Order: sequence, then structure tokens, then C-alpha cells
Amino acid sequence: MPDHLLEVRALDAHYGDFQALFGISIGVSQGEVVAVIGANGAGKSTLLKCIAGAMPARGDAIVFDRAPIGGLPAHVVVARGIALVPEGRRLFPSLSVEENLLVGGQLGRPGPWTLKRVYDLFPILAERARQPSTSLSGGQQQMVAIGRALMSNPRLLLCDEISLGLAPIVIRDIYARLPAIVAEGISVVIVEQDIVQALKVANHVYCLQEGRVALSGEARAMTREKIAAAYFGV
Amino acid sequence: MSDATSIRVEHSNRASRIGLAIVSGAVIALAAAPWWADRASLRLLSEIYAYVALASLWNLLAGYAGLVSVGQHAYVGLGAYVLFALAMLAGVHPLVAIPIAGFAAAIISVPVALLMFRLRGHYFAIGTWVMAEVFRLSAAQVSALDGGSGTSLPAAVILSIAGTRQMREFVVYWIALALAVAILAAIVMLLRSRYGLALTAIRDNELGARSNGVDVARVKYLVYVAVAFGTAMVGALIFLQKIRISPDTAFSVNDWTAFVIFITVIGGIGRIEGPIIGTLVFFVLRQTLADLGAIYLLILGAVAIVVMLKAPKGLWGLVADRFGWQLFPLERRLVIGGKQPS
Amino acid sequence: MAALVPAIHALLVTTTWMPGIKPGMTTERTGCDVEWLNTILQGVLLGGLYAMFAAGLSLIFGVMRLVNIAHGDLIVLAAYVALVTVETLGINPLTSLVIVVPVMAALGYILQRVLLNRTLGDDLLPPLLVTFGLSVIIQNALLQFFTADSRKLNAGDIEIASIQIGGGLAVGVLPLLQFALAVAVIAGLQWLFYRTALGRAFRATSDDQPVAQLMGLNNAHVFALAMALSLAVVALAGVLLAVRANFDPSIGPARLIFGFEAVIIGGLGSLWGTLAGGVIIGVAQAIGAKLDPGWNLLAGHIAFLIVLALRPQGLFPKVQG
Repeated sequence: MPDHLLEVRALDAHYGDFQALFGISIGVSQGEVVAVIGANGAGKSTLLKCIAGAMPARGDAIVFDRAPIGGLPAHVVVARGIALVPEGRRLFPSLSVEENLLVGGQLGRPGPWTLKRVYDLFPILAERARQPSTSLSGGQQQMVAIGRALMSNPRLLLCDEISLGLAPIVIRDIYARLPAIVAEGISVVIVEQDIVQALKVANHVYCLQEGRVALSGEARAMTREKIAAAYFGV
Repeated sequence: MSDATSIRVEHSNRASRIGLAIVSGAVIALAAAPWWADRASLRLLSEIYAYVALASLWNLLAGYAGLVSVGQHAYVGLGAYVLFALAMLAGVHPLVAIPIAGFAAAIISVPVALLMFRLRGHYFAIGTWVMAEVFRLSAAQVSALDGGSGTSLPAAVILSIAGTRQMREFVVYWIALALAVAILAAIVMLLRSRYGLALTAIRDNELGARSNGVDVARVKYLVYVAVAFGTAMVGALIFLQKIRISPDTAFSVNDWTAFVIFITVIGGIGRIEGPIIGTLVFFVLRQTLADLGAIYLLILGAVAIVVMLKAPKGLWGLVADRFGWQLFPLERRLVIGGKQPS
Repeated sequence: MAALVPAIHALLVTTTWMPGIKPGMTTERTGCDVEWLNTILQGVLLGGLYAMFAAGLSLIFGVMRLVNIAHGDLIVLAAYVALVTVETLGINPLTSLVIVVPVMAALGYILQRVLLNRTLGDDLLPPLLVTFGLSVIIQNALLQFFTADSRKLNAGDIEIASIQIGGGLAVGVLPLLQFALAVAVIAGLQWLFYRTALGRAFRATSDDQPVAQLMGLNNAHVFALAMALSLAVVALAGVLLAVRANFDPSIGPARLIFGFEAVIIGGLGSLWGTLAGGVIIGVAQAIGAKLDPGWNLLAGHIAFLIVLALRPQGLFPKVQG
């Protein structure tokens, strides 16, 4: 097995009595884009939450940069270099666009991402910097959410359903910026319902089904039939 | 109708039938206390009854209806002042004045609730406290009852309760016991009624209760008024026994609200038994630490904090959950054809 | 800022001290209108103190939805900390702020980290009960150490100094200083909230705790900082209270109520609204007291209830409760 930046090893996760993940194992290498796909309730978001420290996990179930980080609180995980773009964007409504970005950067981790770089990536945000984040369109809000995560200069960026509720043209627009982000040496895990989009940008794909990895492999090698089988368990 | 189709709701189980027997026995023994207890013990017991009643009422308000008021001392003081005013200014017999004090408080609580229910959550809590302050300051303005400095019941009023001092003490004791038992019984009956289901639903999940057709606002309103009624009667009795009243003692936030809340939380909020257990803990603490002065209040506060954080269901919650105990028949079980479904 | 106080104090005393003129005394005309104007002026100045009681309360409610019932008792505790400092070191009460403010802020940080953070959640009873418990503990501890006797801090000449502002009106230097400090505190908090990284962290955490944590903010630490800041303001309020009036261990809850009323009248989350709320209560009390001494406090509460009945969301609401 190559030396992965992130390794998830036999991860279980529970919501009370309900078990959401069963022995999930995935790996993400430096500079790689990994897509996690699966039907609603397959456990995709739960996986991201565990990695980001928003849900409890066994210590050695999540290894980042050779150190076990499972179960560490979220603010410690960010400081190690993992940032999450949460599902539904979750911007801070009483903060302006720029303030949202600054909150993302307040840890002061060194790296390429600054306000200026984020504005270069999403020029529209520079124009809207002083506006309340709630006054933006859905696509623009998603840009703020991505920019906010980038501001912490992560080595690993987790994106949870960034296409959710956005028009196709906006989704394409946002995904078009992904290469520029990966070019900085960042690894990316994207959780997507939009399989076509996910396959287009990812190097590697994992398909979850009812809390288990049903399929994994190179994105190019995926066929519609294989995915359908893994998606629905037929 | 055949046995197989009869479906009924059963409230009691073996534990609660034993519990009811214990409670009935205790009430009879306590009613006989004038024959086996000394004067000081009678006074102490009356005080315990008053706290059981106040805490049970607050428990109904906060633990079931979700109305976390920190201003119930408003109604303790109001009831006490109404009793003093009726007895001293209108010549009403003090024992008759007790229920009148309850009705007066219930009537006044209607517009107060209208105002307070505009506030939610924390704001409601402190709003009720402000209201109690308004009551206290208003009482201090009543010059006929000597305003801020307070007054005492005249001898004639006290004599009208009963001829001898001993009999007076017995009468007040029995009324205190009867009032506490009546309030507890009323609460048990309320919780077993249709409203009880609504209240339990509100306690467990207010949003869910609302979407299932419970008129939450109406139920809360009724509970608030009913609790004001009971609280004022207890307040009237407490100060009938004390004989002396002043705005600061009658509207004391510590005595009639803080300690009552501590008692309920220590015993177990949202359970009938909680206030009784909590009151016993309160008085055990007070009697054993009485020599330390203010320290026992300090310890009481600390105990309440620790219980809230470590055992939020209270002491009764700890034991009841472990052993399935239940002093009062409150649970509902469906009984189909004489057998309980498993 | 605390270090500036002695300097301001010295300046005011040397330039404006006028023997024999008490605050509120009218010297030229004694017309009815002047008297009323004077009453209102005193009420406005008193309102500054109430706003100071309220500012710390508003701050923590805004950041973490915690109503601190011990807030008033903490003000009284600060007054006693100042008392001990003044008596031990023999310094002016206003100078004692240099010690009292950091001591109270540290206490606030510890209190939040050790105790209050554990009470936060969807249920409003735990914070209410725990701060109620703290209130009883502080009151009885003070009673045990300092007895129920009334105390007061003496700030010296500044207490009787006053300024003529024309039209026969005079204002005491001390009330004026208190009002100015209240305005400064509120302006300072406003600046901190909307112009600094810490304020941004406060607002972000207030908006969405889990996401704030995902952005690297340690909520436990952010809340503790908010409480430290709140108790720094409490320290200032406590010292001003101790200089202005008698205090004993039991007066905390009433201060809490004035503060709380100011917060509600002003509208949740609006700091300037809190100042307005404090002024409204102060003026209502002053007018009430002028009509009948017994109506002093009652008038303030009634003003609050009227605002509540007409505008339960307060005069200048900013955020939803």
C-alpha cells in the first residue's frame, strides 16, 4: 500500500443505537482527488464528519500524516491540516463574506491561501466582500464556504455535497476551480450525489452502500454497470 | 363483550401499588403526629409540608409544562398578603382567607400570564422574577399593612383559629398536611387525566406535542394559573403560621424560589416523587448543618449544582430508573384482554 | 483603560471641585422645570450605571445564550474584592480597578471552563439552575466573610465635585464619570464585536457552534473569553456601584434585574440599545422617586413592563433569541 496522507482503517460510527458505518477503510494520497459516492443515507457525510472530528471515532481508525487523529476535537483536527466544507454551506449568517473567510483563516496555518488568493480564485467574492453572507446566491455562498475552508491552508480538503441545490451551470463553474486548488498540492475528498461530476474530477472512487464500501477503484475504470450494482446492491 | 377484545389502560403496577400503600400509611401516621410529636417537630413537619407543596407545584410548572419560572415567590407573597389583608382589614376568618387567597392569586395570574407568555425561554424566567419584584414593591406601598416594615397578625385574629394555643398549633399543622396532600393528589389526578397526557407530551417533546394536536399554549396557561392558585394558598398558610409578615420575607427569592428549585432538581425534576425526596434532603442538610449558619445554604447550592451536572434526573431518577420504583400510579400500560402486551 | 482612571480622576478633581455644591443641587433658578430637568439628568446618569450592569449580561447571552443569574452577585463580589484591595493597599477605589478587573476576568474564565461550559445545550434549566446555585453560594460566602453590614467605598473629593452646566443645572463629577465610562465600555464592546478577530470569533460561535469548531475555534475557550470579558465589565460596574452607594451581600439580585431589564428594553444583541434601556430605567426611577420616594424602583419595573407589553422584542432588536 502506498504511503497515504490520510488512512481510514476499519472505521465504525454510531448515532446512538444506530450504526452508520461498518469497518470503512479508505486511503487518500498526497495531491489526489478522491470521490465518495453512494445513495442517500449510505454514510458519506458521516465518514467526512468522523475525519473532521465532528463525530467520535476510534483513535487509530483515522490516521493523518502517520499520526492517529480519530476522536480528536474538530478544532484540533483543523489545526493539523484538515478542513471541511460542510453540507449545506453553513456560512455564518451574521458575518460578512470577508469575515466568513477570515474566520476560516484565524488559526494562522502557513500556506499559499490568503484572502487575496481566494479572491483570485473566486473574483466575484472580492466584489461582495462587505455584504452579509446571506445576501449571496447559492453558488456564491458555496464559493465562500470553499474559500473559508481553504483559508486554513489545509493539506486535505473535505467537500460535502458542494453541488447540492445548485444549477448545473453553477456546479460546472465551481468544479472548474478544483484543478487550481489541487495544483497547490492539496488532497481533496469530495462527497457527491452527482456521479458524473464526481467521476470527471476524481482519481479514485469509493462507493458506499449502507455504511460499507461496496466498490472502490480508479475513476477511469468505473463503468455505469459497476456503479449501479454498488449503489443499489443488485 | 368477550375478554379478548376488552382493552383498557392501567396506571398502576406492583411497585406503584406498594408505593401507594406506603404513601397512605405515611399520611395516616403523619395526621396522628400531634399525639406522638413535640411542638418543635410539628412546626418542622409543617414547614416540610409547605416545601413539598411548593416544590411539587414548581415541578408541575417547570418539569411538566416547561415553564421555567424563577418568580413563584410572587404568589407565595401575594397569598400571604391577601390573607393578612382579609384577616386584618376585612375581618375574614383566617382559615376562610386561605382559599380566597388562592382564588385572588389565580385571578391576578391571568393578566400576568398574558404578559409573561409573550416572553420565551430565558426571558420568561427573568420576566417572572421582575413581576415578583413588582409585587414586592407594591406590597411595600400598602400603608394599611405597614408597608415596607411589615406587620403582625393581631391577637384577636389568632384567637379566632382556636381557643387554646395547643389546639391552634394542631389545626395549623393539619391544614398544612391537608394542603400538601391535596396539592399532591391534585397533581397526580391532573397527570392521569387527558391534560396529563398532554403535559407529559409537552415535557418529552414540545414540538411533537404541538404537531399532534395538543393545544400547548392553552395547557400551559391553565397550568400557570392553577399553580398560582396552589402556591398562594401555601404562602398564605406559611405566613399564618409565622404570624409576622414583611415584603422582604414574603417575597423572598431565595426562600420561595431558589430553594424550591434546588429541592426539585436535587430530588428529580419531572417526577412526582422528586420534590418529596428533595425536600427531605434539604431539611436533613439544614438540621445537621444548622450550627454552621449560612454555610448550609452554600452547601445546598453546591449540592444542587453537582446533582444538575452529574445526575440531571435527580436522586429519585437515579434509584427509580435502576429499580423501576414508582410511588404514585402514573404510568400508563395498555391491558388487552386482561393481559399486558409484552 | 483602567490605568487612565486615576489620571482622569486627578484632572477632574483639580479643575472642577467646588466646595459646598452637591450633585443635583440647583444654584441659580429654582423653577419647577429646572427641577424636572435635573431629575431627568440624574436619571440618565444613573442609567449609565444600569447599562454597565447590563452590558456583561448582554454579551454572554449574545454569545452563548446563557442567562447568568449570578451576574448581580458577581457585581457585588467585585465590590468586595475592591473593598479588600482598597483596605489592604490603601489605594483609591478607582485605582483598585487595576487589580479588580483582571481578578474578575480570570475568575470568569475559570468559572466558564470548569463549570458553565458543562451547562450549555438545548435545555435552559441547567444554566439557570447552576447560576442560581452560584448566586446563593456567592451571597452566603460573602455573608460569612463580611457579615450583613452595609459597606461603601470612599473615592475622596471626587465624590462631591460637580460641574455647572448652565441653566442652574449642576452634575456630579462622579455620576458623569460613571456615565462616560459606561458609554466608553459600550463603544469598546461594539468595536471589539465588529472590528476584531475576537469579536468575529464571538459572532461566528454564536451563529453556529459546530461549524465554528470546524473552522478551528475552540468553543470552550471562546466562551471562557466571553465570560472573562463579561466579568471585566462586571468588575468596573462593581467598583462604580461601591463608590456610588452602600452595598451588602444581599443586593446582587436587584442589580441583575435592572441589568436584565435594560437588555430586554434595548433589544437582544444591540449594545447601544442596552444603553438606551439603562437610561429609560434610570429616568423612570428618577421620575418615580420624585413623585413619591416609594415609587423609585417600582417606576423602573413598570417602565419595563410597558415596553414589554408594547414591544416584547425590545426597542432595537438585532438578533433572534
